[in-house]
Amino acid sequence: MSMMKHLAGAVAAVALSAGAALAEPALIFDLGGKFDKSFNEAAFMGAERWAQETGGKYLEIELSSEAQREQALRRFAERGANPIVTTGFAMADPVSQVAPDYPDIKFVNIDGFFPNLDELPNVLAISFAEHEGSYLVGMLAAKKSESGTIGFVGGMDVPLIRHFACGYAQGAKAVNPDITIIPNMTGTTPAAWNDPVKGGELAKAQVGQGADVIYAAAGGTGVGVLQAAADEGILSIGVDSNQNHLHPGSVLTSMLKRVDVAVYNALTAGENLETGQLSLSLADDGVGYAVDENNEALLTEDMISAVEEAKAGIIAGDIEVTSYYANDSCPVLTF
Amino acid sequence: MDTMPKWVDALLVPFISVLIAFLISGVVIVAIGEDPIEAVKLMVTGALGSTYGWGFTLYYATNFIFTGLAVAIAFHARLFNIGGEGQATLGGLGVALACLFIPWPHWTLALIGAMLAGALFGAAWAAIPAYLQAKRGSHIVITTIMFNFIGAAVLNYVLVNQLRPAGSMDPASARFPEATNLPTLHELLAPIGIEFSKAAPANVSLLIALLSCFLLWLLVWRTRLGYEIRAFGHSETAAVYAGISPVRITMIAMLISGALAGMMAINNVMGEAERLVLNSVEGAGFIGIAVALMGRSHPVGVLLAAILFGFLYQGGAELALWTDIPRELIIVIQALVILFTGALDNMVRSPIEKIFLARRRARQAAQAVEPAE
Repeated sequence: MSMMKHLAGAVAAVALSAGAALAEPALIFDLGGKFDKSFNEAAFMGAERWAQETGGKYLEIELSSEAQREQALRRFAERGANPIVTTGFAMADPVSQVAPDYPDIKFVNIDGFFPNLDELPNVLAISFAEHEGSYLVGMLAAKKSESGTIGFVGGMDVPLIRHFACGYAQGAKAVNPDITIIPNMTGTTPAAWNDPVKGGELAKAQVGQGADVIYAAAGGTGVGVLQAAADEGILSIGVDSNQNHLHPGSVLTSMLKRVDVAVYNALTAGENLETGQLSLSLADDGVGYAVDENNEALLTEDMISAVEEAKAGIIAGDIEVTSYYANDSCPVLTF
Repeated sequence: MDTMPKWVDALLVPFISVLIAFLISGVVIVAIGEDPIEAVKLMVTGALGSTYGWGFTLYYATNFIFTGLAVAIAFHARLFNIGGEGQATLGGLGVALACLFIPWPHWTLALIGAMLAGALFGAAWAAIPAYLQAKRGSHIVITTIMFNFIGAAVLNYVLVNQLRPAGSMDPASARFPEATNLPTLHELLAPIGIEFSKAAPANVSLLIALLSCFLLWLLVWRTRLGYEIRAFGHSETAAVYAGISPVRITMIAMLISGALAGMMAINNVMGEAERLVLNSVEGAGFIGIAVALMGRSHPVGVLLAAILFGFLYQGGAELALWTDIPRELIIVIQALVILFTGALDNMVRSPIEKIFLARRRARQAAQAVEPAE
């Protein structure tokens, strides 16, 4: 027992001295993994940009189990990491549990929902208007589609992904009211975020049903969707990060969700981070669609102008994109 | 028959297997340019060097004890229950429903109620494959693994459409009421003067798990039913000849197995998360198979193997926190242990058996020669 106390004391001393020496920020990646080419990778890119520009260092962990959520938060907090940035809606609850215990440390969560944010003065919740960005890429898909059938491959079947699909369907219907949209979800467990093989199979099945543009909102699974689309000679739409470069000429565009900017800004603000709710929409360039040298040839003048017009309309409030969250259902799509 | 002393069979063979697994892991760690000695140090201090580390190690171990015992009891009847994952998932649902919808006055009552609910749901989930095996001959390996997927889908449906609080994105239930929160080891040990880490999730379920170990031992080796289960496991035809009903034993063994897997939920759902999340089981059902194999289906072996895997989980988490070793490699280390203790058991066992056989022959030969002199 005394041996154990001794060890515990030594560990605590190390932790304390380390905490005093560095106030590095920390970044916690969700179960999808750091290199999902999508959501988490966008966060990683933002942090890397910060590290390169400032020469700073940050602590990081890729979670591998549910119990680690709170554990990682507490361990980083005890070490004095500040701010602690977390990705994914599943981190919202652990953050709201841990944050009150460390009032001097700022916590950031991306995508999470905090019913009691008022009681958490040291938490910044960042959300994105994914339905608005998806609306725009839905328009592009409908304009590009020749068969009148487009596909959607989601990751795990959760409201967030239905939120993406719903915006996409509304955009497509705005261009072509008769268009057929095939929505598929990869799975019902978190493994669905990282199953490129199944994503590819779903994409091929949709091609079999006539789809010629497929939007993947599925984290790492989307890599398989984009690959299958390139193999089958149809077009795909990437998500979160700019994925146009993955298969140049086959990826029509990517629905950008600027997680990288959000993480970069959080790390740059450091300990002086402003907390509360931050909603990033089209108006803030928080979401959007990607145009670069890889997809320029795929987009016509007419497509761009129509989408830009819609974008202005959404920002001005003339076009209203219904959010799936409004009443947990989509007016133009059933799942 | 008994070529080796008991301690060799139960301790030495697994120990050598684990040692080989760690040596190969060390090679892998060197290959990616990290220091294996440092990694082992980090794992050991992180998992066993503080009450905080122990708290996590024992928390994981509690999960693995329940699922390990679940697989072990089925093994005794020669039934390979791969469905611990699904049974524990459904057990979680049972525990969550009991905690959310029954206004418990005190945690002790809530614990008993939740245990019953978790066991009932887990057993019910095992009952269907058991019935199909007993009556229809559908192989239990296939049906139980299929039921894992159905279980995940059921839970997903219930969480997304029924239990999710309005406005929340996370497919998880609301938090359980205060009264159902189980005391952690910190709260249990404080009155007797032991300072245990507050942050660690190990809780009173650990004691239930230890009690389950003892009761399972009692059942399997000290009761008539346990004898019937073992007899059926060793030879079905002989069991039938002795008047043991295969249908009855298959059903009973699987129901106990499912109930044990379901009871795991009092630890992870009720004790740790205090709400039901989608992947609360996260592979403990499958780890249970490795634990039962390594523990040779004996409760003591299961207990020790569960602690070893708890150590691997918590040590792995520490590696992920403070080094650049990617989490995939931590899974590689865990996989190597499973590979050597489970699948490649005979690779270590048979050479050791040969050594002991040779020594015994030498001794016998010596004894045979002596009287002649």
